[in-house]
Amino acid sequence: MPDLGLEVLLKGKNMIRLIGGLGVALRISLISVLVSIPLGILLGALMNWKNPITKAILRVYLEFIRIMPQMVLLFLVYFGSTRAFGWELSGETASIIVFILWGTAEMSDLVRGALSSIPKHQYESSEALGLSKVQTYWYIIIPQTLRRLIPLSINLITRMIKTTSLILMIGVVEVLKVAQQIIEANRMSSPNAAFGIYLAVFLLYFLACWPISLLAKYLEKRWK
Amino acid sequence: MAEELLKIEHLTKKFEDNMILDDVSLTVHRGEVIVVVGPSGCGKSTMLRCINALEPTQGGTIEIEGQQISQSSKNLTQLRQKIGMVFQSYELFPHLTVLNNILLAPAKVQKRDKEEVKKEALELLERVGLKDKADSFPRQLSGGQKQRVAIVRALCMHPEILLFDEVTAALDPEMVREVLDVMLQLAEQGKTMIIVTHEMQFARAIADRVIFLEGGKIVEDSDPETFFDHPKTERAKQFLNVFTFEHVKHKTIKKD
Repeated sequence: MPDLGLEVLLKGKNMIRLIGGLGVALRISLISVLVSIPLGILLGALMNWKNPITKAILRVYLEFIRIMPQMVLLFLVYFGSTRAFGWELSGETASIIVFILWGTAEMSDLVRGALSSIPKHQYESSEALGLSKVQTYWYIIIPQTLRRLIPLSINLITRMIKTTSLILMIGVVEVLKVAQQIIEANRMSSPNAAFGIYLAVFLLYFLACWPISLLAKYLEKRWK
Repeated sequence: MAEELLKIEHLTKKFEDNMILDDVSLTVHRGEVIVVVGPSGCGKSTMLRCINALEPTQGGTIEIEGQQISQSSKNLTQLRQKIGMVFQSYELFPHLTVLNNILLAPAKVQKRDKEEVKKEALELLERVGLKDKADSFPRQLSGGQKQRVAIVRALCMHPEILLFDEVTAALDPEMVREVLDVMLQLAEQGKTMIIVTHEMQFARAIADRVIFLEGGKIVEDSDPETFFDHPKTERAKQFLNVFTFEHVKHKTIKKD
């Protein structure tokens, strides 16, 4: 059997350090998700407004964030904005800002899509029964929108977690960076450690994201 | 003659520059069954939608039991409770069971006692042959079943008048009958109804009055025998001819 360098994992606190790195990634995603989901719902609802100006502004924001690679956004905020405006940002704060900007844009588009996928007749048949506008939203539109939205937004969460693997580029020590450090430190004693360590990283990401996507699938099935 | 229930006077409806309804006046008495026919795009469905203020109108008035209804009516939700509407595409609420579809408006809008409404809903469902579907979701029902549920949902609000907007147009032929039978039952019970339909046989059987609408105007307004056997206008004759097939047997089959 080839040497996979698995023994490095068991050396010292390596495994704990990797899990700690995953913790950093999860913390950043969690904070970003908690902020961007409500913000995204708000913006998504605004996008369904008939006001052309709000619509245009939100559209530009959405396209801008979507077209730009996340890495460029991270560099722009972490290196660019700190220079230009002279403020201090830790890598972690910069990451959270970028993830919130990105998550809000994606979430608002999901909300907009879910809302506009509710047929116009659903509003009408509810109003024809004498329900007020507020009751129509509360009993008919919002429950249906949520059912469409929850699986989609859960997928967004897993995408966010995966994308945290980029933030090592702005010096945040998350799971991938920890892995690199461990491999570097053991280069002489176990030159094959890369395989074992990255395998562990793979498993850690998997363990974090798999239950979430299972949940999304389950909800999708239940609410079909 | 019974009292006037619904009175439409000089109703005008435009979409941008397109005249959809052009000076339509119609009075419906309590217990009357009115069938509205006409070529597609003549404004039949729009007229129904105007009656319960789903569409803004540009002129004229609509009164139900003497109270004017329009999108700016202050008591619009109250007035709409007097008007039950059934749509071509059923429009049940997909996230609610059949029973909850029916109970929602009586419970939340009319604040009636839930147990009492539930009892009534189950009775009505039984009458349309769907009692065993009370706990099903709309997606588990056939088109004809959904439409019968939609009718029960409208009935449970105790409306003064029922509007049917091409309710069988989206159904498979064998399901049309089960829905029409329910409507015939309602007519027998003396419910006031306005029915937009393309089922001419059915129109003849159920109507007290037939309205022929063309180009947004009421062209004929007569009893069904007169309309179907001796239409007054040339246009109505042409329209009715569309539904008869006399000449198809004369086609020849070419063989090489």
